[in-house]
Amino acid sequence: MHTKKTPIKFDPDLCVKCETTACLMNCQYIEFADRAEARAEKLKINEGKDSRVLHECLTCYACQEYCPFGNNPFYLLVERQEEKGILPAPKPIVEEQLRMMGPKGRLTKAPVSSPVVNMCTFPMLTGCVRGKLFEGASVIVGTDIFCNVMWLHFAKNSTIRERVPKMIDNIMSFYLSDADTNEMVCFHDECYGTYTSVADAYGIDVPFTPIHPFDFYNQRLDALKAHIKPLNAKIVYQRPCSNRLCPETDSTLDEIFEKIGADRVPRKYDRKTALCCGGVPRAHQRDEFADELVEKNIDDMLTTGATYCVFNCPFCMSTLGQEVADQGLMPILVSDLIQIALGD
Amino acid sequence: MTSDLIARLGEIVGPRYVSGHAEERYLYSMDQGTMPPAAPDAVVMPKNTEEVRQVVRLANELKTPVVPMGAGLVLSGLTRALKGGIIVDMKRMNHIIEVNPKSRYAVVEGGVSQGMLQAYLKKHHPELKHSMPDAPPIATLAGNVCIHGSGHLSVLGGSHSDMLTGMEVVLPTGEIVRTGSCSVAGQWFARSPLPDLSGLFMGWSGTTGIVTKLGIKLFPSYKHNDVLVFVAEDADLMPEIISRLTSTQVAEDMTPWMTPKPEWARGFLHINIAYGAHTKKELTFKRNLLQASVREYADQKIAGFLPLPPPQKGRFLKIPSPDLARFADLRKGGGFEYVGAIMAIEKFADAYRAGLAIAEKYQVSYSLGARIIGAGHCMMFFFAYAFNRADAEDVRRASDALEATNTAALDMGGIPWKAEEPAQKQIIEKMDPETFALMEKIRGVLDPNGIMNPGNWEK
Ligand SMILES: Cc1cc2nc3c(=O)[nH]c(=O)nc-3n(C[C@H](O)[C@H](O)[C@H](O)COP(=O)(O)OP(=O)(O)OC[C@H]3O[C@@H](n4cnc5c(N)ncnc54)[C@H](O)[C@@H]3O)c2cc1C
Ligand code: SF4
Ligand code: SF4
Repeated sequence: MHTKKTPIKFDPDLCVKCETTACLMNCQYIEFADRAEARAEKLKINEGKDSRVLHECLTCYACQEYCPFGNNPFYLLVERQEEKGILPAPKPIVEEQLRMMGPKGRLTKAPVSSPVVNMCTFPMLTGCVRGKLFEGASVIVGTDIFCNVMWLHFAKNSTIRERVPKMIDNIMSFYLSDADTNEMVCFHDECYGTYTSVADAYGIDVPFTPIHPFDFYNQRLDALKAHIKPLNAKIVYQRPCSNRLCPETDSTLDEIFEKIGADRVPRKYDRKTALCCGGVPRAHQRDEFADELVEKNIDDMLTTGATYCVFNCPFCMSTLGQEVADQGLMPILVSDLIQIALGD
Repeated sequence: MTSDLIARLGEIVGPRYVSGHAEERYLYSMDQGTMPPAAPDAVVMPKNTEEVRQVVRLANELKTPVVPMGAGLVLSGLTRALKGGIIVDMKRMNHIIEVNPKSRYAVVEGGVSQGMLQAYLKKHHPELKHSMPDAPPIATLAGNVCIHGSGHLSVLGGSHSDMLTGMEVVLPTGEIVRTGSCSVAGQWFARSPLPDLSGLFMGWSGTTGIVTKLGIKLFPSYKHNDVLVFVAEDADLMPEIISRLTSTQVAEDMTPWMTPKPEWARGFLHINIAYGAHTKKELTFKRNLLQASVREYADQKIAGFLPLPPPQKGRFLKIPSPDLARFADLRKGGGFEYVGAIMAIEKFADAYRAGLAIAEKYQVSYSLGARIIGAGHCMMFFFAYAFNRADAEDVRRASDALEATNTAALDMGGIPWKAEEPAQKQIIEKMDPETFALMEKIRGVLDPNGIMNPGNWEK
């Protein structure tokens, strides 16, 4: 059976008329002589021609955020990489991970009730779902409900198209269809990005309401206001690539930090100029470049005098956690930082 | 006769340390491998070299066989008493006699285990380590050196017999001899420049004497340690990949592995490359050298390094590695054996394909892999089969697979390692007859009564 794929939602005219080429001009990893060059490269990508961007891209997702028109430049870039067989990582590395992260068909129907927290493929972190913050929560986890956005790093839009609908189907048929809620709290904002931004751009229907973790925490903190003991601590934040798919949630994080007394110290590599944690370039066999990123990033963190290095993404934390700890910063997930403020 | 033997042995080692009871005779009649049981008449545990000498003298007097045994973990049944007699269990001779940090060697008694030396060095000489095999830590250094074992520093230092600096041995006739520098200078720093008599006791499967002490090389223990996992799909590329990686001379250990479980690993060829350094900077430098050596494959996108975040590396950095032991339990029921064959690196793809074909033909659970010895000088390629000892059919399949593997290894120009008795016969068949004649001559001289582990290395 040959099913026709839905093309990525994108309007070439917008780019032709675009006066900034913000997507590529803001790219932190590819240099362009001037805007004319960036624009020329972008138009090549749009027209399905080869472009050096397809080869040099770090897959940091950031251009997705930089485009002021939501014209999905990054999803299109990945589409072109795959069409042209431009592999960011060696084939066996991709193939092996495709199997490792593939659905295993191991789910059994289990009753869940609100709030339903999707822990993606981080079973080792289910202990984070505890205390007042997650009171009454049901946890769902595993490769059978994996958001599969990571394939954007490996020129595998086809896998996203193939697997995401299956995951959605699993989430519904094994959990949500019989639940008291249609909402699913995403522990990892990469999942949220999948069920909002990716699903929209790839034409995938999502029958439930994904809730971003920051929105969930923010609301819970309002309800738990009386329990908050402000941390009065300086923190640095490692903003992950996944947050580029839902940049509107970054300001919610500011609200959370304010509520728990965490001072997100401004630094060079936060917000729009956040740096990649280094994990993906290592998969692309660019370890020396990843080392440079890590060094720049941590040096920048150290200038702030912060106590904590706060992670939203568990993968960033496993990649960078040891390094920041070696430099005297305490690595911690957002949810765990909140737990400290709540005394849990 | 047996009660007389037990009583006489009791006079030597004390009655607590000798047994002729059915329980001990049963337990000591087999190992975890596929070889059929062969029970001893007695098991004895001497405390020192003098007691070993007296046991051997008694055995000569009674013309009864003597089988030296460390932990009995060889898996190929080499510590079974093929012709009855006395199993000499060395575990009570467990003293670490000396560590020389400047000349980097340790002198240990014949029953000292790998785990004991590892723990001792960690505590008293954290700047030093020895090359651990992946055997359970109770395995002895002597038993491992005697079979030309290999381990976590084998790329750096060769096989464990290459790391031997000298021995004290009780000969089959009861004399106590020393080999290496300790025979002249009192210190155990090297086997050279003397005629190398140590070779009389390594690879002989306990048929030429009982090692009561040995000197073993130690190596720097690093503060920073790392492992890279290289993945390829084409077995034919492996010799060149191994050659390039070893040419950097920075790895301590390199272990290719190919296994159908977990499912994601099926069909891929992995190489774990372990290395260490005093500083992070040096570690990064070494990593860059290793990566640069095989950059061409990554650029062609046909092979590359698995991206492993630090927490996921812990498993690969464990010494000994738990992976093979975990595989050993795959079928439950405690059966596990592997044919290791020492062979030339360029035979990698042939060995891999032969292993797959045999596993398919005999329907056995398999794990294939290798340990690179020296700077790519040869490898110990292993074909491991797990089976359920309680299931006779399963044991038979594994046994047939092992036999077929030995034949295939020999046909490829490899040599079965720590060969079980039938495989020894296969090796002898292929061996230069003059060489085998020399082996027999040496044994005739050393062991005129033929008491040492008889049944091994015989036509
Ligand atoms: C899970 C697993 C993993 C393994 N991994 C490795 C590995 O990575 N590398 C490796 O090299 N091996 C490995 N082995 C094989 C084996 O267990 C080891 O080589 C082990 O070190 C053998 O030591 P042992 O004390 O058990 O020897 P034994 O089995 O007791 O003896 C081995 C041989 O040496 C003789 N012998 C023992 N002690 C003496 C002595 N004092 N004097 C004279 N002869 C003696 C015996 O008669 C016998 O012929 C592994 C085994 C298992 C079960
Ligand atoms: S993707 Fe967006 S920013 Fe980039 S050229 Fe098109 S419209 Fe402009
Ligand atoms: S994904 Fe990142 S590296 Fe790639 S083009 Fe976009 S901004 Fe640049």
